[in-house]
Amino acid sequence: MRKVCLDQVHALARRDARVLYIGSDPGAGTLDKMKAEFPDRFFVEGIAEQNVIGMAAGLAMEGFVPYVNTIATFITRRCYEQVAIDLCLHDLPVRLIGNGGGFVYAPLGPTHTAVEDLAIMRALPGMAVVAVADATEMRRFMESSLDWKGPIYIRLAKGGDPVVTKEEWGFTIGKAIAEREGTDVLLVTTGVMLGRAQAAADALAAEGVSVGILHMPTVKPLDTESLLPRAARARLVVTAEEHTRIGGLGSAVLDALADAGPVGRVLRLGIKDAWTHNYGSQDALLKDNGLDAQGIAHSVRQALSAL
Amino acid sequence: MTAIPCSPELDARSLGLRRMVVDTLVAAGRGHLGPAMSLIEIVRVLYDDVLNLRPAEPKWPGRDRFILSKGHGCLAQYVMLADKGFFPAEALKTFCKHDSFLGGHPEYGTIPGVEASTGALGHGLSIGVGLALAARMKGETWRTFIAMGDGETNEGSVWEAAMAASKHGLSNLVAIIDYNKMQSYGPTEAVQGLEPLADKWRAFGFAVVEVDGHDVAALRRAFAALPADPTRPTCLICHTVKGKGVPPAEHNANWHHKNKLTEDELSVIGEALGAA
Repeated sequence: MRKVCLDQVHALARRDARVLYIGSDPGAGTLDKMKAEFPDRFFVEGIAEQNVIGMAAGLAMEGFVPYVNTIATFITRRCYEQVAIDLCLHDLPVRLIGNGGGFVYAPLGPTHTAVEDLAIMRALPGMAVVAVADATEMRRFMESSLDWKGPIYIRLAKGGDPVVTKEEWGFTIGKAIAEREGTDVLLVTTGVMLGRAQAAADALAAEGVSVGILHMPTVKPLDTESLLPRAARARLVVTAEEHTRIGGLGSAVLDALADAGPVGRVLRLGIKDAWTHNYGSQDALLKDNGLDAQGIAHSVRQALSAL
Repeated sequence: MTAIPCSPELDARSLGLRRMVVDTLVAAGRGHLGPAMSLIEIVRVLYDDVLNLRPAEPKWPGRDRFILSKGHGCLAQYVMLADKGFFPAEALKTFCKHDSFLGGHPEYGTIPGVEASTGALGHGLSIGVGLALAARMKGETWRTFIAMGDGETNEGSVWEAAMAASKHGLSNLVAIIDYNKMQSYGPTEAVQGLEPLADKWRAFGFAVVEVDGHDVAALRRAFAALPADPTRPTCLICHTVKGKGVPPAEHNANWHHKNKLTEDELSVIGEALGAA
């Protein structure tokens, strides 16, 4: 997913002279080919994220479309004011590529795990928030990112995530994908949780539970048109995200349901509100938080039996 | 520190602009007085003699870009924009009022002639780096001027931006410091010392010019000689006096932001600034 995302910046730069890349201090060799082909539109600006955001704002004011690439926590935590004021208040078309969303940097600990990034970015007026499921969806999303008017936060997973989306789904920012329809449960996911949700839904289907999946790669603006009728038909709505239960997809879905009328049973699966003092792999930490396929299926079973 | 030069007497235009600031503050019942008064001659010379602008066409692509990064000094900018015809001077009376487009900090998109929303300190120079880079990438000759407060340079982001401006050799970028030596709490040297300020900017790769920020002729000469170095950005350190021209406000942190002015205060100010 990461390689596809960055390669797409290069591909877009070939097509559109407004596109430029700004990295902070990425890994050696990042986008070397773009650097060679478009040295004037390739910037590596050092570990100075506040300046990178302001600089991107100035370039966007003059008609450029900067794709900014750095670690997700540095975008969301360190330079929140620059993101809020310089980008959102001016409504500028800057794309923020947040490397290592969720538990991707599990071995590096809490300074690098971005588990509240969706909440932070979602709170900003005008900010689009996107978390795709795999590399192929990333490519389709990046195509659609070019002409989006305002800023976009792009939550990047890691390399090698299994491909769980289909080409024919296409990609429209702000549109959800009804991956499957079901009558008992509506499972709403974002980012890489889609694959785990599919496995959970398969397991539940084998037990006679009919599960629909609504994949929400755009957390903001939320596709309420797709969400509301499906939620109204389901006995149980379940959200699953690699994110704290505070302020992310689950909160966004609850906000939309509450604004539309009385809310039925909603189960929000996410990371508990505590610092994660453990390392290992992304998968291991997701499992600790009940966010692997078995954990999701187990939580759904429990909630259904309590109805 | 370079000794602060002895400013000449304020001329009629400087006094008149200050009266407009005071009138605006009186109408609103609030405003940042001290930070505006130190800035008057800087913005006056910029708008009168330096910036290439078309007030009737505020978004004219060939314009020079000016960002007031010390957004709380906006009263000085607002009276200049009104004076130049970007909007009617009548609007100044609505400053900070509910239905006004003139808030306590400049906002982009609502105030003709304002290039960026500022007030959160330490943002302007980074935006300026982006603007100056864009001009160079597009082969444009317009220049970018960023006015900052001295207290504002406490922000680390200012120095990140300074590094970047220097790295890119942005000779079309001018960082202006309104060096009035006071911030909200008190003297800058007591709150968070800046000295040696000129050496700091030099060390960050800028060509540095120091000038008396109330001496109109000296400011004109300094701006006319830009860039100070054709390969580097310039930092113009303007030695100023907080509250300049308003006797009770000079060097007085209590006049950084002022609400209602008393009759006695207005009388003293009126005497100092003269009749309209």
